[in-house]
Amino acid sequence: MTDGPAKLRDPRYRWPEAGLTRVPDWVYTDAAVYQREVERIFHGQTWNYVALEAEIPNPGDFIRSNVGPTPVVVVRGAGNAIHVVENRCAHRAAEFCRTLSGTTKEFVCPYHQWTYTLDGGLKAVPFRRGVAGKGGMPADFDMQARGLKRLNVTTHRGVVFASYADDMEPLTEYLGPEILREFEATFDGRCLTILGHYRHTLPGNWKLYHENLKDPYHATLLHTFLVTFGLLVAGNKSLMLADATGRHGVMASAKSDATKVAADVRGEMRAYKEGMTLAEPRFMDFVDEFDSPWSVTMATIWPNLIVQREMNTLGIRQIVPTGPHEFIMKWTMFGFEGDSEEMTRHRLRQGNLMGPAGFLGLEDNEAIKFVQDGMQRVPDGEHVVELDPQTAYGTSDTLISEAAIRGMYRHWREVMDL
Amino acid sequence: MLDIPTPLDPRLATLLLHHEIDQFNARYAAALDAQRLGEWTEMFTEDAFYLVTSRENADRNQPVGLIYCDSRAMIRDRAFALEKTAMFAPRYLRHIIGNLMVQPEGEMGDIRATANYVVLQVLFDRPDATLHQIGVYHDIFRHTQDGLKLRERRCIYDNLLVPNALCIPV
Repeated sequence: MTDGPAKLRDPRYRWPEAGLTRVPDWVYTDAAVYQREVERIFHGQTWNYVALEAEIPNPGDFIRSNVGPTPVVVVRGAGNAIHVVENRCAHRAAEFCRTLSGTTKEFVCPYHQWTYTLDGGLKAVPFRRGVAGKGGMPADFDMQARGLKRLNVTTHRGVVFASYADDMEPLTEYLGPEILREFEATFDGRCLTILGHYRHTLPGNWKLYHENLKDPYHATLLHTFLVTFGLLVAGNKSLMLADATGRHGVMASAKSDATKVAADVRGEMRAYKEGMTLAEPRFMDFVDEFDSPWSVTMATIWPNLIVQREMNTLGIRQIVPTGPHEFIMKWTMFGFEGDSEEMTRHRLRQGNLMGPAGFLGLEDNEAIKFVQDGMQRVPDGEHVVELDPQTAYGTSDTLISEAAIRGMYRHWREVMDL
Repeated sequence: MLDIPTPLDPRLATLLLHHEIDQFNARYAAALDAQRLGEWTEMFTEDAFYLVTSRENADRNQPVGLIYCDSRAMIRDRAFALEKTAMFAPRYLRHIIGNLMVQPEGEMGDIRATANYVVLQVLFDRPDATLHQIGVYHDIFRHTQDGLKLRERRCIYDNLLVPNALCIPV
């Protein structure tokens, strides 16, 4: 690992004296910091989500994906093994795979037709020996050394991860026992069926999305819809879990009836509106299909995955950073084999909560944009993350806490050496 | 009123139906542009289906929608949620609908039609109107006692990457 640009040793990258209760703006806005994140986090010692196995069920099936900002292709090889290769021809760098997904026997770069096997090996170079004894590659050209860049791959319960590091610990260890338990509560062994994708840009720093889901405080305040219909209210049974390293988290809550919330708690929640009713209330029903005390869990799996189990609407959110000020979010919504037609419809109806047009989803996207706007227009400030001082960092059993955000930055600073 | 002879020349009937749907789409766009969402909800039948989804999903027959409503009740809830609960920055939107194609009225009174649409968005701190969404309406209209209504509108958009958030329906 390199030390990165010397400019990161500049005093202006000094962390505030107050420690983890402050996060300086440059964490979210600085191009050199972002470059180091790509190097040390997305291309470092991490497992990055790349696809669901259900998206590439048969040999030859492939799908475009990303590890951090870097485009990759996820493909099921002839022997059923899954390979992840950089989407960059070894010859002249062309991003050779242009379709979102498909089925193929080999990859052919359209520029000069260099041809690769499904596991990324270089199979053929046109006119390698030249024509009529002239031109062509040097005699000692090594086909084996000129394959596509291959990444380390692992899968768990139908979810595919890749890493630039070859010495990664097993995924189960990477997640830790508590996060693994929640992961396996959602991916409970049933085969997945893909219901479709949402894709959107978000004009904010990628870490703000993690923080939004390590910030249960906002959920009771920003999301009027959620609060009014009892999905999440201050005082609900809930948990903000962090793993031992602080990088992963699970925000969990159990649905309850908002009308039963004590009047004093309700008074603090401007979002709560008396007497609001839905014309189609069944859309908010929770069919209890999981072995879990929680009706809602949002797992933030470092560095690029969110697993959404919002009652019965289930989805993967993959973060693809494109710079310090913007990222792309790719959602893969799913159900399970064996879902009745009515259950599938229920999941699709409940999908109105999330995504870039979701009752909650659009609010998160807007709020994160507002934060980035604020930092760009009134720069060089710092964020205050002091809630719940009883917990220095990490897991907290109150929703009125920012301890999980502090835990994440404890880890981030260590990896980033900042 | 025009004194229209019956039976109508079929070419004239086609022209009138085309005009009627064209006018409907203009009213639909006007309701959304003015953010009169209550008026928008009344343009659907009670059993209406309203979907906004990407061309990627539509091409693969994957059913998910950014917005997925399988009754007018759900369309009303969408309007209610956006007007009473949702937090988003104020904005102006302009819906442009064109290239209308109408098929002859089928059995059960279903009238199938398609039209291209463009949604432009203006945020108050930027000088430009940005292309927020571009796509095709796949519609089924029905004549009711209260006039022409949408039995189904599937909005299939081409720009796979939604710019941040879709706050007002399409």
